[in-house]
Amino acid sequence: MADLRVNVAGVEFSNPLIAASGTFGFGREYNELYPVSALGGISCKGITLKERPGNPAPRIAESPAGMLNAVGLQNPGVEHFIKHDLPWLKEQNTKIIANIAGSCPEDYFEMAKRLDSTDIDMIELNISCPNVKSGGVQFGTTTKGVSEITSGVRKNTSKPLMVKLSPNVTDITEMALAAEANGADAVSLINTLTGMRIDINTRRPIIHNNTGGVSGPAVFPVAVRMVWQVANKVKIPVVGLGGIATWQDAVEMLLAGATALQIGTALFTDPYAPIKITEGLSNYMDKNGIKSVSEITGGIKPW
Amino acid sequence: MKKYDVKNCKILSAKQITEDIFDFIVYCPDFAPIAKPGQFAHIYVPGKTLRRPISICEIDKENNTLRFVFQIRGDGTRILSEFKEGMELDILAPLGNGFGLKDKEKKALFVGGGIGVPPLLGAAKHYGENATVCVGFRNKGAVILEEDFKNAGCSIKIATDDGSYGYHGLVTKLFEEEKPEIIYACGPTPMLKAVAAFAEKNGIECEISLEERMACGIGACLGCAVKLRNEENEEYMGHVCKDGPVFDYRKVVY
Ligand SMILES: Cc1cc2nc3c(=O)[nH]c(=O)nc-3n(C[C@H](O)[C@H](O)[C@H](O)COP(=O)(O)OP(=O)(O)OC[C@H]3O[C@@H](n4cnc5c(N)ncnc54)[C@H](O)[C@@H]3O)c2cc1C
Ligand SMILES: Cc1cc2nc3c(=O)[nH]c(=O)nc-3n(C[C@H](O)[C@H](O)[C@H](O)COP(=O)(O)O)c2cc1C
Ligand code: FES
Repeated sequence: MADLRVNVAGVEFSNPLIAASGTFGFGREYNELYPVSALGGISCKGITLKERPGNPAPRIAESPAGMLNAVGLQNPGVEHFIKHDLPWLKEQNTKIIANIAGSCPEDYFEMAKRLDSTDIDMIELNISCPNVKSGGVQFGTTTKGVSEITSGVRKNTSKPLMVKLSPNVTDITEMALAAEANGADAVSLINTLTGMRIDINTRRPIIHNNTGGVSGPAVFPVAVRMVWQVANKVKIPVVGLGGIATWQDAVEMLLAGATALQIGTALFTDPYAPIKITEGLSNYMDKNGIKSVSEITGGIKPW
Repeated sequence: MKKYDVKNCKILSAKQITEDIFDFIVYCPDFAPIAKPGQFAHIYVPGKTLRRPISICEIDKENNTLRFVFQIRGDGTRILSEFKEGMELDILAPLGNGFGLKDKEKKALFVGGGIGVPPLLGAAKHYGENATVCVGFRNKGAVILEEDFKNAGCSIKIATDDGSYGYHGLVTKLFEEEKPEIIYACGPTPMLKAVAAFAEKNGIECEISLEERMACGIGACLGCAVKLRNEENEEYMGHVCKDGPVFDYRKVVY
C-alpha cells in the first residue's frame, strides 16, 4: 500500500486531499455521508472577525464545466467558530485549517492572534476572495498588500501559515514570493477567477453580486499552470487547487509541483469525489511502484 | 442509517405527460423508507457540474419507489428528460425538511402553480378527503396530476390562464371561500405572496416551498440563500436546501 501521507509546513496530513474553503462548511453536512477523517484535512469556510450575512441570492450560476459563486463570505464570525465548530472538528481526526478574511489588515491580525491560542492546525489567509467589496482581494493583488498582511499575521501567530493566492493578477509568482518573503510557511492556489453570466431574457446578471468567482474543471488548466509557475519560484510547499475532479487531475496537479491538494467544486458534482480520488491515487501509486506522494510532487518533465 | 446519501437508482418508468413535463418512477430502496413529502432530490446530470434539485412528488414505501415530475427548463432538465426506463439516475437524497404534516383529520388547503404542483401530491395524499387542492396552469395542455389528486380522495379545483380548462383566471381566486386549518403552497412568488396574505388575514397556519439555485444541496456551500426572520423579528440569511425548502410563511422575508 502506498503511503499517502504528506507534510505541509510541519503539519502531517493522512492523505493529500483537503476540502477547499467554502465548499465544505465546517464539515458536519458531509460527515453525514462519510467520516470526514477520510480527508487529509478541512479548510473551513472563510471566517471574519464579526459575523457576516453574505450577499443576497442568487449566489450561484453554472457555466460550461464549472460554476460561479458569490456567497460573500457568509459566516458566523471567529468567536462562534471557536466555540461551536472547532470543538467538534477537533474530534474528527483530520487536520483543521482556519481560512480567515478581513476588510482591513487589523482584522487579519486580530483573528490570527485569537486563533493562535486554539487547537487549529494551520491558518490559511484568504486575501483572494473576489466576492465582497472589502474581503481581502484588494490585499491579494499587489505585492505590497500581500507583504503587509502576511508579515502582520506572522507577528501574531506561531501557527503554520498558508497564504491563499488569487489568480486575478498579472503575475502570480510575484505574490507567492511576497508571501514567502514575509513569513508564509506555504501557499495555496488558486482561488476563483472573477467571471460573469447574464440572463439574456431579463438582461440581468444571474448572480446578484453581478460578478462571481469561477471554479470547477473549467479553471483546472489555469490552476495547473499557476501551480507549476509558483512551485518553480518558491521554496515553501505549494498546495494546489482549482478544478480537481478526478484522480488523474490530482496526479497532474502533484506533478506540476503541488505538495498537497484541495478539492472544492467537484464535491457538488459528486460528494464522494475526495474518497474516489484518494483511492484512484493510491492505486496509481501501487501500479507505478511509487511509495510516497512526495515522489510525484514536481515530477513534471517540462519541454 | 444515513440521513441522506448518493445512490444509483433504476428508472422503472419514464413517461412524458405534457409537451415539456416528464414523470419518472425510480426504484430507491435506500431513500423511500426515510423520505418525507416536500423533501427533494439532487440529481446528477451527465456532463454538468451542478446537480439539479427536483422535489419528491410521491413516495411509495411498499414498492420502495420515488416519483419525480419535472419540466424542461434548460439544458440540464432536457438531458434528464432523455433518460429512459431501465437506465439509472445518480441521486443525492432525501434532502431538506419536508412539509409539517398534521393530524390527517384536519382540513388542509393545497395551492400550487405550474411545476409547483408536483411537490404537493405526497402531502395532499396524507389528508386525502380532507384536502382541497387549488392549482393553476397556463392552459389545458399544461394541466398535470389531476387524476392523482382525485384518486387520493382530494377535491381539486383547477384554473387556467387562458380559460381553456376549469376556471379562467388566477388560482388565487379559487380558495377565497375556503376555511382550512392549514395551508401548503408551492409555485411562483406572486402566488405564494397571495397565499401568505390569505393565511395572514385569516390567521391560518401556512407552509410554503421555495426554490433557489443550489450547489451542494446539503447546507455546506451557503449558495442557496434566502432571507428569513427569527422570532425576535431580526432578519438573517438561511438556506433553502437545509432550512427548507419548506418554510412557515411568516419566517420568509420577501
Ligand atoms: C427544492 C427545489 C425543488 C424543485 N423541484 C422541482 C420539481 O419537482 N420539478 C421541476 O420541474 N423543477 C423543480 N425545481 C426546479 C429545477 O431545479 C430547475 O428547473 C432546474 O434546476 C433547471 O435546470 P436546467 O439545467 O434545465 O436549467 P438551466 O437554467 O440551464 O440551469 C442552470 C443552473 O441554474 C439552476 N436553476 C435554474 N432554474 C432554477 C430553479 N427554478 N430553481 C433552482 N435552480 C435553478 C440549475 O439547477 C442550474 O444549476 C426545483 C427546484 C428546487 C430548488
Ligand atoms: C461556493 C464556494 C464558496 C467558497 N468560499 C470560499 C471561502 O470562504 N474562502 C476561500 O478562501 N475560498 C472560497 N472558495 C474558493 C475555493 O476554496 C477554491 O479556491 C475554488 O473554488 C477553486 O477550487 P475548485 O475548482 O476545486 O472549487 C469558495 C468556492 C466556492 C465554489
Ligand atoms: S446548496 Fe449548498 S447550502 Fe444550499
